[in-house]
Amino acid sequence: MTDKLTNAQIAWRAAQDIHEGAYVNLGIGFPEMVARFQPTGRQAIFHTENGILGFGEAPAAGAEDWDLINAGKKAVTIRPGTAFFHHADSFAMVRGGHLDVAILGAYQVAQNGDLANWSTGPKGVPAVGGAMDLVHGAKRVAVITDHVTRDGKPKLVEACTLPLTGVACVTRVYTSLAVIDIEGGRFVLREKLAALSFEALQLLTGAPLHVDGAVTDLTVPEV
Amino acid sequence: MDKRISTLAAATAQIANGATVMIGGFGGSGAPIELIHALIDRFVTTGSPGNLTVINNNAGNGHVGIAAMIEQGMVARMICSFPRSADPVVFTERYLAGQIDLELVPQGTLAERIRAGGAGIPAFYTPTGFGTDLARGKPVAEFDGRSYVQERWLKADVALIKAEAGDHLGNLTYRMAARNFAPLMAMAAMRTIVQVSHVVAPGDIDPEAVITPGIFVDGIIHVPDPAQEEDLNRAGARYPEVAA
Repeated sequence: MTDKLTNAQIAWRAAQDIHEGAYVNLGIGFPEMVARFQPTGRQAIFHTENGILGFGEAPAAGAEDWDLINAGKKAVTIRPGTAFFHHADSFAMVRGGHLDVAILGAYQVAQNGDLANWSTGPKGVPAVGGAMDLVHGAKRVAVITDHVTRDGKPKLVEACTLPLTGVACVTRVYTSLAVIDIEGGRFVLREKLAALSFEALQLLTGAPLHVDGAVTDLTVPEV
Repeated sequence: MDKRISTLAAATAQIANGATVMIGGFGGSGAPIELIHALIDRFVTTGSPGNLTVINNNAGNGHVGIAAMIEQGMVARMICSFPRSADPVVFTERYLAGQIDLELVPQGTLAERIRAGGAGIPAFYTPTGFGTDLARGKPVAEFDGRSYVQERWLKADVALIKAEAGDHLGNLTYRMAARNFAPLMAMAAMRTIVQVSHVVAPGDIDPEAVITPGIFVDGIIHVPDPAQEEDLNRAGARYPEVAA
């Protein structure tokens, strides 16, 4: 029995919901793992803010071409069907509602779908990148995250206390413990780890969890 | 008409103290390293141009390119979306010491503000940033039941960009994701200077393949085999080179 899902397992679970033919943007860092778990037989086309659609996996070390990178500045590759474009076209894809899914990380998600994922407060150098554009553009904005912070505090909260990335934008959260939809300003539990009771999950969640229909076991293979 | 410029020094000679300079590139891809370093050479020799406002997605990495400009003290203000990188020490130290101003702009808003500047559109509305700290003080309006933030155009005195091929008339093609902000910046600056890896004769670029038409370009300078910022940083390079 596992206490909680690994990051790779959370990414695997999120990948199962990406439909055939979807155009997808993955946030930098942990969300990039989602691309590795595309179900066989389904093709998703990945978008990166810096102007590539349909890029492929990382090249072998030493084979990098530094004109061919993703938004995280990591080297990628081209595949049959790759397209290049400038930044205004790239964000027309984002804001114009042409992306099907954006999958992002989070510091906090509120029960109304507010997302905080760009700033931990006034200290240090602020940096936002494309996160604020992505949350208001993609048809579906999902978050993948550990259920709680490193020191055990809820990341799913009544209202974000950290600076917002976007207002009422997230519709589904995949955590290390559960899959939760945001509907009508509420967290609605869809899936949870079988070994975890509803009450135990609620204690780790900063706002009420609602049940609206079946709650199924969150089952993920070792990946 | 012939927009070729023969030296990097001549290509950067007209940039004045206090100028607003758009610099192409996303991280190292598309960064016009040789043009930037030519500008640093001029500053080191003559003390000019300083007090610059630089517009770029980032704020430099390591000790070359834009980071080296900042390190020399040429930059008073950065307008960018993501002033972090693998080695952001130069910007970070100056920012935290209050020695450089930062205007942080969401990346898509940055791109669209530059596009608007080049297209003669003084302001536009975007959903990006609504309800966040980065929209504070900006006009908000509702369209079809949704709230949007007003953002203004960005223009510059000069754009320094990198392209793959350019003909004598300034028609340009780019290389892969090095394109990023360059076509937008070329439109938004009073004067656009381009370093190109290949100079070709008019007619050698298929008109169907031109990405930036020459009307947006004022000068091209041939820089064969341009340096990649990522390679320079992996080699621990600094500019200007420090004598051993």
